[in-house]
Amino acid sequence: MALDQSFVGRSYPPTEPYEVGREKIREFAVAIGDTHLAYTDPEAAKALGHPDVIAPPTFVFALSFEAAQTVVQDPALGLDYSRVVHGDQKFAYTRPVRAGDRLTVTSTIDSIASRAGNEMIDIRGEVHDASGEHVVTVVTKLVARRVEEGAA
Amino acid sequence: MTATVRYADVEAGTELPGASFPVTRATLVRYAGASGDFNPIHWNERFARQVGLPDVIAHGMFTMAEAVRVVTDWAGDPGAVVEYGVRFTKPVVVPDDDTGALIEVTAKVGAKLDDEARTVRVDLTARSAGEKVLGLSRAVVRLA
Repeated sequence: MALDQSFVGRSYPPTEPYEVGREKIREFAVAIGDTHLAYTDPEAAKALGHPDVIAPPTFVFALSFEAAQTVVQDPALGLDYSRVVHGDQKFAYTRPVRAGDRLTVTSTIDSIASRAGNEMIDIRGEVHDASGEHVVTVVTKLVARRVEEGAA
Repeated sequence: MTATVRYADVEAGTELPGASFPVTRATLVRYAGASGDFNPIHWNERFARQVGLPDVIAHGMFTMAEAVRVVTDWAGDPGAVVEYGVRFTKPVVVPDDDTGALIEVTAKVGAKLDDEARTVRVDLTARSAGEKVLGLSRAVVRLA
């Protein structure tokens, strides 16, 4: 069943603030094997002009994807999550995420499209800090794969 | 933001130092914990096969995180990345052995975008087991 086009442009309320911790950044950096000192050493980060350690570029995805769950699980939208794969991913930064940030994510459905039986949805997460300044825009394209003919 | 590469020193076609990133099952378990993505296709072979995959596959976001390291290591400051986007074209299949898989990343400057902002577009390729695992993989970086 095609997704309801009237959901395009729909926004969801901002999430509760997520506080970015130095140790969570360190854990993530270790998990991706990245030893860049800007992620773990506040002095090294300051030498680069950052007020505290910064997070690797893709760190913020965990927040935006958590926020997007409200969208993908909205029963009115009717997305079959068991068929969903991650299609595209984009980030546009005003500044890097850093320790001490309290970030909120506001999700909006940017587009819904159907191609060859696959359904595609673009969810945009606008990430702001505690002072309301923009930090990063995260755009996630999810693809619900076509149901094979004859499948239940 | 303090990139160490100077805008004046690069041109379209300038190659960045490439890198290869090994991935084992242990890598994926660790990434699942750090990222909060516990989808069983990334650690449970039985489940992965049930949903039609050849084996356990790496998180797409793990591959995306590895690929941009070529850019952040080159630029000197990870905060110099102003945009980054990819398309997930093929999964990185990670067998249950001591070797795992390898993600091989190459990159070059695709274009100089803005002389005033000193931004360049870096085009990335990421391959694993001979397959292109990322498409349309591009980063915009502000240089010194």
